[in-house]
Amino acid sequence: MQETDTKLLASALPNLPAEIQTAILAVEEFKGETTITIRKENLRTVIQFLKTDPNFRFDVMMDLFAMDYLKYNSPQPERFAVVYYLVSLFQTRRVRIKVFVSEDELVVDSIHDLYKAANWFEREAWDLYGIVFNGHPNLVRILCHNEFVGHPLRKDYPSDQYQRLKSAVPSEGL
Amino acid sequence: MHTTLTPPESSKYLRLNLGPSHPATHGTLRVFVELEGEIIRGMKLEIGYLHRCFEKMAETHTWNQVIPFTDRLNYVSAMMNNVGYVRSVEKLLGVEPTKRCQRVRVILCELSRIIDHLVCIGANAVDLGALTTFWYFFRERENVYDLFEALCGARLTTSVTRVGGMYKDLPEGWLEWCRKVVNNLPRTLDDVETLLTANRIWIDRTQGIGVISKEDALEYGFTGPCLRATGIPYDIRKAMPYYDYDKFTWDVVTESGGDTYSRYLVRMGEMRQSLKIIQQCLDDMPGGAINIDDWAIVLPPKEQVYNSIEGLMAHFKLIMHGIRPPLGEVYDCTEAANGELGFFISSDNQGRPYRVRVRPPCFAIYQAFPEMCIGQTVSDAVATLGSLNIVAGELDR
Repeated sequence: MQETDTKLLASALPNLPAEIQTAILAVEEFKGETTITIRKENLRTVIQFLKTDPNFRFDVMMDLFAMDYLKYNSPQPERFAVVYYLVSLFQTRRVRIKVFVSEDELVVDSIHDLYKAANWFEREAWDLYGIVFNGHPNLVRILCHNEFVGHPLRKDYPSDQYQRLKSAVPSEGL
Repeated sequence: MHTTLTPPESSKYLRLNLGPSHPATHGTLRVFVELEGEIIRGMKLEIGYLHRCFEKMAETHTWNQVIPFTDRLNYVSAMMNNVGYVRSVEKLLGVEPTKRCQRVRVILCELSRIIDHLVCIGANAVDLGALTTFWYFFRERENVYDLFEALCGARLTTSVTRVGGMYKDLPEGWLEWCRKVVNNLPRTLDDVETLLTANRIWIDRTQGIGVISKEDALEYGFTGPCLRATGIPYDIRKAMPYYDYDKFTWDVVTESGGDTYSRYLVRMGEMRQSLKIIQQCLDDMPGGAINIDDWAIVLPPKEQVYNSIEGLMAHFKLIMHGIRPPLGEVYDCTEAANGELGFFISSDNQGRPYRVRVRPPCFAIYQAFPEMCIGQTVSDAVATLGSLNIVAGELDR
């Protein structure tokens, strides 16, 4: 069932408006899942389109996370990527949107105003990978403590390195 | 919404800190509230107290060694995490577990769903002063835990699945025992429904409390009972059926209130549906092997390891090098007790995962907590928190 749905989605892609077409860099099918790689500049346009277009109506942003391809076996366009996982409940369709982010310019537009769910997920991606979400209202650490230095899920962060919290977390000004 | 606090010097409200260790939070959650009298005017959440780098740890262990870590995500229903994770790996490997294995997994998942809901409703009722239901529910929960213990030796952190199968097949007489436990459950559910569903105090404390609208629930990425309590009949077991869930006779339970009371009703209804599914599994349990027959994925039987060179080599290679899924990325989701539990895994054809990403249902749900509480009293917030079933192990990973 999932498989046919993603094929449907792939077949709908050629009929998209021109501005969405140009934003798409690659469409990939793997194990019945569709991954669409898009240009970083057009991220908000594409997500907005997928959310509101009556043919798609991806009403839920199920997941948002980052990837670090530093040590990946197969070459990737850039070191970092942000992955958005959108779900359309009424059609049971799912799509993965991928945006590659270069190490020199670790900035992506925030979509917190398009999906309320994105707020914490973007904070998490910032916390663990150091990716800046442009326009985010409160881009602070969420899982690591406030004295933490670096971004622990990056591939060059040693997996056995501890950072202890030295002082109590203040309750004022949080 | 006022999900941030006003600066202390200009604030006209009283500030109160709840947690991270607080009897009403059931986990290490820290909440800052701004109060006007007893009414919450502002709220800020702080999470991460139970963050233990699940995703980073997974990258340094073999694919099967990640399974014990998944126990600690939603530790109330550990088996569902075990199943969710191995399903993703199996999807990447392109293998399908045997029919018997699938059926066993369904039974374990549904039992886990039941105990998760038992804990959620039981604890929620305790927070509001109803202790009896808690004892009733925990008696049944112990019975289910005895079943788990007979199966794998552990009660809470079960690590019961393996990629391509299970840790071991069901012990003798387990299915009959399971049937007894399952047959006892409806009576307890009836008892608790008699105590709560039409109880004036329970209704006053929960109806219209912690309301979230359909639209907001979707915006925040709600799934599971909390979404179904707003009237959206979305259940992955129906929407994208796996393990023959479409072949069983059962219904998706929905309510329309979106409040604490609706979430209670949805969970009560879901337990009865889970019992129906388990009964059908028990009536039609296929025989045959529990594990797939592929020594590159599943450990060979012990006689083969001790008596044949092929078995010994396969065992050694699997323990030392682990499974090697092909290069690629997959996402797979199951309907866990709290909602969509997704595992995104990325493999670069090594013995260890390149990346494991969990999509925890709690994380999305807890984000909406301030919006659901503002304008209500602190005691209402406690009722709401209990009904959202936030499990810190899953929230913070």
